[in-house]
Amino acid sequence: MSEAYQWTEEELKKRRRRSIAIALILVGLMVLFFVVTLVRLGGNVADRAI
Amino acid sequence: MSDTSLDMSATRTALAETAVSAGGGSVGDYFALLKPRVMSLVIFTGLVGMVAAPGAMHPVLAFTALLCIAVGAGAAGALNMWFDADIDAEMQRTAKRPIPTGRIAPGEALGFGATLAIGSVVVLGLTINWTAGALLALTIAFYLFVYTMWLKRRTPQNIVIGGAAGAFPPMIGWAAVTGSVDLASIVLFLVIFMWTPPHFWALSLYRIRDYERVKVPMLPVVAGPDETRKQILIYSLLLVPVTLLPCAVGIGGLAYLTSALAFGTVFLVLASRVYNNRTAPKADRMARDLFRFSILYLFALFAIILVEQGLGGYVDIPWAMI
Repeated sequence: MSEAYQWTEEELKKRRRRSIAIALILVGLMVLFFVVTLVRLGGNVADRAI
Repeated sequence: MSDTSLDMSATRTALAETAVSAGGGSVGDYFALLKPRVMSLVIFTGLVGMVAAPGAMHPVLAFTALLCIAVGAGAAGALNMWFDADIDAEMQRTAKRPIPTGRIAPGEALGFGATLAIGSVVVLGLTINWTAGALLALTIAFYLFVYTMWLKRRTPQNIVIGGAAGAFPPMIGWAAVTGSVDLASIVLFLVIFMWTPPHFWALSLYRIRDYERVKVPMLPVVAGPDETRKQILIYSLLLVPVTLLPCAVGIGGLAYLTSALAFGTVFLVLASRVYNNRTAPKADRMARDLFRFSILYLFALFAIILVEQGLGGYVDIPWAMI
């Protein structure tokens, strides 16, 4: 039976930095999509027929 | 199977084995996959397309469009590095890229590039318009399938036709604002399209050993340095008049015309020096000078359009006022 791969300290550090980068990108995209939605809707929400 | 394909398939196997372990790359390695230097020129020319286009755009939407264009261009770069990893490993200029050095596995680059490509096109289409989205998709597909997979290893015309991929960004920027493809945006496309061959052939002249080693049929390898020098001069002579076309479609004013003539003259002088100097090391130095100047040249032309159209610096050309 083969042994499970052991991550080195350096690899773990890189993985952590990648995870942080992915988290920041996801939060950034979330904010961007929210703001774009506001801009695209603009005054159309107030102008809609009720 | 030819010797070349045997060699390359051996390099591919070696690359797969060298890639340390899945997920071994740093954030910087993934960023390098996006070809940041190429991406910066794409962002800049895309921005100029947006600024030159008639009409206004909300700053948030303009930022989103530019982000999508940048990410789409980066995705194309990552997919190019995935496919070309075997020859990149053999070339001095590209040997330190993340895949040849084993910092990122080829499959990771493929997944990364494909995800960004699809994501950028979908976001651009949904948030801006589908004309711009379709043009971005065309750009990525053209760069990957037409240039990288089809032309690059088969014909010395690779960068002439493949250069179209690098010429699309101002058209995408323009389409993001107007929702259409117009004559003026095609003119911006033509400027970059005609600029690409002399730019890359100058590079390939002093990197000829690299291309010979990996058997990529760049013009100097197939037709020889002298023929390449002749083609550089011919394309430069065609390029300079093309750079004047923005004045004919109303996106280049007096400052643009003057600069395009002045910079174009320098470009022609450097191209003629490349043509006239055929012995090393002077020949290499001349090719290097032209290559470096060509980057400045394109940047300057687009920067002047940006200043004229975006910062109120547009002054009519006298004959246009008659």
